[in-house]
Amino acid sequence: MVKSNEPIWWSLFSAGGVVAAFFYPVTIIITAIAFSVNWISAEGLRELAGHPLTRIYLFLLIFLPLFHWAHRFRYVAMDLGLKGLGGILPVVCYGAALLGTGLAVFFLVWA
Amino acid sequence: MFMVRELTCLFVGGYALFLLILASRIGDADGFSALLQHRLVIVLQVIALPMVLYHTVTWLNLTPKVLVIWRGESRVSPVLIAAVHYFAWFVVSVIILWMVSMYR
Amino acid sequence: MAASEAKGTDKTVVLEVFRYRPEEEEEPTFQRYEVPYFEDWVVLDALNHIKDEIDGTLTFRWSCRMGVCGSCGMMVNGDPKLTCAAFIRDYHPATIRVEPLNYFPVIRDLVINMEDFLEKLTEVKAWLVPQEEKPVSEGEYRQTPAELAQYKQFSMCINCMLCYSACPVYGQDSDFIGPAAIALAQRYNLDSRDGATEERAEVIFSHEGIWECTFVGDCTRVCPKNVDPAGAIQQAKVSATKDWYHSVLVPWGKRDVKSR
Repeated sequence: MVKSNEPIWWSLFSAGGVVAAFFYPVTIIITAIAFSVNWISAEGLRELAGHPLTRIYLFLLIFLPLFHWAHRFRYVAMDLGLKGLGGILPVVCYGAALLGTGLAVFFLVWA
Repeated sequence: MFMVRELTCLFVGGYALFLLILASRIGDADGFSALLQHRLVIVLQVIALPMVLYHTVTWLNLTPKVLVIWRGESRVSPVLIAAVHYFAWFVVSVIILWMVSMYR
Repeated sequence: MAASEAKGTDKTVVLEVFRYRPEEEEEPTFQRYEVPYFEDWVVLDALNHIKDEIDGTLTFRWSCRMGVCGSCGMMVNGDPKLTCAAFIRDYHPATIRVEPLNYFPVIRDLVINMEDFLEKLTEVKAWLVPQEEKPVSEGEYRQTPAELAQYKQFSMCINCMLCYSACPVYGQDSDFIGPAAIALAQRYNLDSRDGATEERAEVIFSHEGIWECTFVGDCTRVCPKNVDPAGAIQQAKVSATKDWYHSVLVPWGKRDVKSR
């Protein structure tokens, strides 16, 4: 038996779990309620969206939780019997997370 | 119940995807705000919120299993470890709400 | 006169017991036995009553009858339990279903083949490997109470294998090293006298080791000695992750998991 490289995925999963646990509830409340009940005005929203901190915040809340989803989903799929797919399952899961992260970099950093 | 906890990852992933779409409209204030006010988007978030809260609660409750701190011959109380994390969650949430409220 | 009346009680309880006699049948069956009900009886008492008074062919393992030897583990109403610790009064008047431990091959009746577990104990080197061998003349390997406290909880394992029967991962893949073996590996890794952490790492930091675990936590729930194998495994994941980052970011560094 050889030491696995799993730690890279597990540490991303853990970091993502922490980010989702601490930041998602309040962020959902903000995105679901704040704007639709006009707690934040249209002008305020424009300013908020323009702030660089918002970009950093959004990036962290996309990148890490995506890897949290990917790792957990990979194992849920295995528990539900999709093990037979062999090596393709991790590629699909982490690949999707990587793609999402790449897009987040493009939208928030590049553009 | 283990499966329910694991399946919260779908809602975490789903919200991450939503934030990604939001991010794609960061330069377009009208598109950004339109997405946030769309009825289906709001309904999906209302469904996701309890699931994400379940993720938070199950996650914070497990922190003592991973964060083992020794003081001499005994461990720092697992309840205390979890409580500190709950407190931090509360503080972080208040700070975020306060910062966003400055834009109202 | 019913057996229960002979024993001075008029209440009875029914046990539905898994039977498998490979020399007689290809498929297992269930046999119902009515045994006297006593407030202080455990399932093991009922099984022994069956063997002594009703059906001497019933085969099962037991020894200390007080929860320290780990021999009498069985499925009681679908839950892994030490039968010496499962009180009849907690189930009565419902029928009690007794089956061999999940996920292990059945040799006969309630007796399972535990070879897989024993092999794993050897693979993880579940024994003390002193950091430096000392001759007896140099005295004991000394340890402070604080050092003992580090691993004491994991040393409480009685090898009863209830955790394996509760683990859905092991149920799907018997290559998984499993809760008790990993908890025992940690027991020695955390022992200040031990020096084999790096050797054990090859086994427990592999895919079949800690990384198949998805922290279901049922192993800790069923453990009769509060070993908390799930906790041991999560701690091992943290160690393994620190070790991995160290090897990737500082490849020329000292290969010694224990120092972290």
